Amino acid sequence: MNFLETFKVALEAILSNKMRSGLTMLGVIIGVLAVILLVSIGEGARVYITKELTGLGTNLLIITPGKTTTSGGFHPPSAGTVRKLTYDDAQALRRRAWMLTDAVPIVLGTGRIKFRNLGRDTMVIGTTPEFQRVRNLFVGTGSYVSQSDVDTKAKVVVLGTKVKEELFGDQNALGQVVMLSDARYRVIGVMQKKGTSLGWDVDDVIFIPVTSGQDLFGTDSLFEILASTPRAEDVERAIAQIKSILVKRHAHKEDFSIQTQGAMLSTMDTILGVLTAVLGGIAGISLLVGGIGIMNIMLVSVRERTREIGIRKAIGARNSDIMAQFLIEAITLSGVGGVIGILLGVGIALIIPLFVTVLPTSVSAWSIVMAFSFSMAVGVFFGVYPARKASLQDPITALRYE
Amino acid sequence: MIELRDISKNYRMGEMDICALCGVSVTVNAGELIAIMGPSGSGKSTLMNLLGCLDRPTSGTYTFEGREISAMNDDDLAHVRNAKIGFVFQSFNLLPRFSALKNVEMPLVYSGIPAKGRTERAVPVLEKVGLKDRMFHKPTELSGGQQQRVAIARALVNNPPLLLADEPTGNLDSHSGEEILNILVNLNNQGVTIMIVTHDHDVAARCKRIINLKDGKIVGDQVAP
Repeated sequence: MNFLETFKVALEAILSNKMRSGLTMLGVIIGVLAVILLVSIGEGARVYITKELTGLGTNLLIITPGKTTTSGGFHPPSAGTVRKLTYDDAQALRRRAWMLTDAVPIVLGTGRIKFRNLGRDTMVIGTTPEFQRVRNLFVGTGSYVSQSDVDTKAKVVVLGTKVKEELFGDQNALGQVVMLSDARYRVIGVMQKKGTSLGWDVDDVIFIPVTSGQDLFGTDSLFEILASTPRAEDVERAIAQIKSILVKRHAHKEDFSIQTQGAMLSTMDTILGVLTAVLGGIAGISLLVGGIGIMNIMLVSVRERTREIGIRKAIGARNSDIMAQFLIEAITLSGVGGVIGILLGVGIALIIPLFVTVLPTSVSAWSIVMAFSFSMAVGVFFGVYPARKASLQDPITALRYE
Repeated sequence: MIELRDISKNYRMGEMDICALCGVSVTVNAGELIAIMGPSGSGKSTLMNLLGCLDRPTSGTYTFEGREISAMNDDDLAHVRNAKIGFVFQSFNLLPRFSALKNVEMPLVYSGIPAKGRTERAVPVLEKVGLKDRMFHKPTELSGGQQQRVAIARALVNNPPLLLADEPTGNLDSHSGEEILNILVNLNNQGVTIMIVTHDHDVAARCKRIINLKDGKIVGDQVAP
């Protein structure tokens, strides 16, 4: 008896009890749907984070003052030995670290910006012209902070679009004078609209020359230095170069840390990969429950059709024919349930982002393949026992079964 | 065609072994029409199951067309049942979900014959038992006599040399029973070896040979004059 014949017999049996078959399949459908849906939500989060981090600028290096160690453990702070990062450190990197395309000194703080009677507390970032390139944030109208602005500690400011709208509305802001912590600043540019990135509103900031920022916040140190390399492969060698230059300037102490975009990316990737696997695993349990449903219904079915098994054996069915008939019935239930579950899961995963914008989803091919093969495997695993039970029925007792 | 030599079939009941058949020896030649009679518990059904290759004897040898049945494995037995033996049961044993035609085709499925060839072979057999016009009906839509005729068609579809009938008229009214019996006698005239288990002396009277069983032993074996 060939496969197609057996399949026809199994399909016929499934269709002869549509309600029961449908409910049994529902268990598998929900299981597969849950796997596809949860995995695509996990994947969606991963893709989103990766995109956002990459959007910050590729091949990015972040140099921060103070030593943090990746190997863990407790390091007592040795007072007075931690040197701050200075504007001169950044200048030294710009001049001597030839592996770097840029080395941008950053100061960061908050300030109250006022125009006439309107005011707003906002984030103030002191930068140099290269910041635009390193962070992929560009000026929209007017111009950005120039090198001569930095050199002369010019009191000029570039506004994020949100700050501009709050203070000026539809009016032209260029050339206007605003007050920033009691100092007069001239607006020279407005940034492009960028939106929120990783929970940080990029439009709700203002940019001033880094030197003016140090004056504003009364400090000679930097928050961080952003550096970038032309190619991702150069990152490791660039780190070595930065270290050798800065260590010399810092009395031979490595009192700074260098984070790379790639390292952050891979850390996030790992965390979210684990998250996805956990979500998929939880969903997998419901698929398992669906499988138990199949086994349950197959056992009932074998019992109900004891006489049929006896008749089939009497007219020449081998044990393996009976086994195949019931096994294929179980696999068909789980397989069809799997396909329906995939269609529903993918459909819902594609619809979700249209209504819930904060929940990005990404349907991955591997989750579909995995969910389907898992559902088939569930059919085989939970179908074997009932099918074997059917095939080993004694034909004489089976024929007498009422 | 069939040779049973010193066949015993024992069942364990608690501590005791009880023999349902105790050393039965029978020879059946091709073309015979045999009635097997005896009271309940005499071993008729056990003998039938052994002859039909649904069961194996505890001891003794069973040779069917020169082949030793008692030594065969399950798959070989299934093949013999499929190709060499047709069964007719008291309670018809048709599959209720399938039409008469599909029921008759069923043994051919296990012979590995493709769908088209099955129908080509099943339809003439149904015609032979006078049910061609009812072949798309399900068993529940047929009378008892008609169901038994479908069962006979199913037993015949693979042209087996041996037909085993277990009380084939037991569930039928006398008119339908007579019809079924006529079909069986007719088949025997065409050369099919038939063995009928029955309580009914009228049925036995139509047979050429009557074997009487009692307590697992043959107590009578006479050929009708």
